[in-house]
Amino acid sequence: MTVFEKPKSLTDAPLHYCPGCTHGIIHRLVAEAIDELGIEGKCIGVAPVGCAVMAYDYFACDMVEAAHGRAPAVATGLKRAMPENIIFTYQGDGDLASIGMAETVHAATRNENITVIFVNNAIYGMTGGQMAPTSLPGQVTQTSPYGRDVKTVGYPIRVCEMLAALDGPAYIERVAVNNVKHVKAAKKAIKRAFENQVQGKGFSLIEVVSSCPTNWGMTPEKALAWVEEKMIPYYPLGVYKDKDKEVEA
Amino acid sequence: MQEKVLMKGNEAIAEAAILAGCRHYFGYPITPQTEIAAYMAKRMPKIGGTFLQAESEISAINMVYGVAGAGFRVMTSSSSPGVSLKQEGISYIAGADLPALIVNVQRGGPGLGGIQPSQSDYFQATKGGGHGDYHLIVLAPASVQEMADMTVKAFDLADKYRMPVMLLADGTMGQMMEPVALPEVKTAAVEKPWAVTGTQMKRKHNIINSLYLNPEQLERTNFERFERYRKVERDEVLYESYLMDDAEYCVVAFGIAARVSKNAVKAAREAGIKVGMIRPITLWPFPTAALAEAAERVKGFLSVELSMGQMIEDVRLATSCRRPVALCNRTGGMIPTPEEVLEAIKKLSGGCEA
Amino acid sequence: MAKVTFSVDLCKGCGLCVGACPKHLLVIARDKINQKGHSPAEITDQAACIGCAFCATMCPDCVITVEK
Repeated sequence: MTVFEKPKSLTDAPLHYCPGCTHGIIHRLVAEAIDELGIEGKCIGVAPVGCAVMAYDYFACDMVEAAHGRAPAVATGLKRAMPENIIFTYQGDGDLASIGMAETVHAATRNENITVIFVNNAIYGMTGGQMAPTSLPGQVTQTSPYGRDVKTVGYPIRVCEMLAALDGPAYIERVAVNNVKHVKAAKKAIKRAFENQVQGKGFSLIEVVSSCPTNWGMTPEKALAWVEEKMIPYYPLGVYKDKDKEVEA
Repeated sequence: MQEKVLMKGNEAIAEAAILAGCRHYFGYPITPQTEIAAYMAKRMPKIGGTFLQAESEISAINMVYGVAGAGFRVMTSSSSPGVSLKQEGISYIAGADLPALIVNVQRGGPGLGGIQPSQSDYFQATKGGGHGDYHLIVLAPASVQEMADMTVKAFDLADKYRMPVMLLADGTMGQMMEPVALPEVKTAAVEKPWAVTGTQMKRKHNIINSLYLNPEQLERTNFERFERYRKVERDEVLYESYLMDDAEYCVVAFGIAARVSKNAVKAAREAGIKVGMIRPITLWPFPTAALAEAAERVKGFLSVELSMGQMIEDVRLATSCRRPVALCNRTGGMIPTPEEVLEAIKKLSGGCEA
Repeated sequence: MAKVTFSVDLCKGCGLCVGACPKHLLVIARDKINQKGHSPAEITDQAACIGCAFCATMCPDCVITVEK
């Protein structure tokens, strides 16, 4: 009996990501959720600008490539036109938390019935390792060569905490993919975010704390350790908003 | 005869869009086009459509991109500064070969400019506006009736050629009230096998995209798109020719400037000057052949514009500078009077005969 | 008996599976090179595999299929 194989809603295209990049794990978790819910045929994904720009080649469902940061607006258009379809965005930290912050916040506050997968690896990967809105204080990047100086460029943005303050969104959770336990929890959260949409519950965002070995200048395994030691303390994992619970309480 | 109703230009656009089957509108408030959004806000919920006031012009055009990708008729509207914000999305829509309608009810610029009528977005509308090799079909109505008719036409052209269409009006046209016979729409449903509506597990996935990392592929895609543009240039040029049969001078003007100029042309005829007018209705594709043909016969051209002189460049190109092309213009929200245009005609006719 | 198989030519040799295996059965085969030019992961002792699929869980490239 096969206990583990590639999900059906991923295409056979080999991923272009660097060795050890956790985008591949997150793609797979999204695809597993789509498979398990049997929604591939009515799913439309919106790809970002950033490392995951070519996600449209990897997901077997219909796909739209959005301009940088605009995925939640594109997804809003798709969902409003086709309420019965399942619409998800897949975005990085520069895309979602910098150039696309307005689109993110407003899709959340409208409780747009979409699923947002937010990959936070604290750096701009595609362009070669520049400072991101989520780069940690002191983090060395190409555009913060002496370390992120919070006095001049400000502090990292904790997206989940910020969005959880809104009345709109249905579900906000932060997960990580740096070890088996966390990957399993991430899978559960991502599946929940799609289920919420199927059930018409509204805006669900899963932030996935991720790694970028290439631009962090680490081996893949060291990068996962850095996620545990540096990223997670700054970006604590957990459920930040769950309207179901609010109703119960 | 069909019954006429008195409507504002902006409202005529909105109602005609609904008649054309547009059920999705996304916008952001800006003077002088807000009546379009207000009209849609009232009507769309009653007919099962979408009206959404987006968080920005940028978001609005990207919502349009999403709906267009799904194959539905969709529009946004704005005025000059807002249309500048939309340029990124318009470039993506053009790059992904999607049909959509963008309405620009122009106001004076640059920058925040003013809120009075203008035609100073001519370059932006006809030369691209956003980045990259692309065109919009640009329609320039000169009456409330045309605003309604061209809105329907815009959706048809957008679907036919899989490209964004801009309706380029101005603040006066948007606010002006005139009787309109609302268009009867006979649009056949266009097949859109490229649309993202979900594979239903029956076909390979569709991808709406403008990214081609392989330069040969991008070049080929641009070549193919421009083949389509050549067809538009060949088959879709629209213009009005007024008193051109015996004309010795030719006024070129569109939109509100053409209405003013028509009165000036009549007055000049009464004064014994043989002048006519060519009014481009499609600004892209520009009526190049009509102007080239006129250049065979007339002694000079007068471009009348609510800008510092933008269309005049296309008039010069169309006529290969074979005849003098003078400019009669006001800008910043000012409109030339018929007397000012008449003076310019007189000056041109005197100057060319001397 | 559990069995892991590798789509060798998809492997980028990142080693995340190696670190994930609770039985320490996986290695990067430094003496081998796949189509992509990477040294791929492989299993040293198939018989000792417990089929937990931790390796596949951490693999970013869907290289690994696990059967039990």
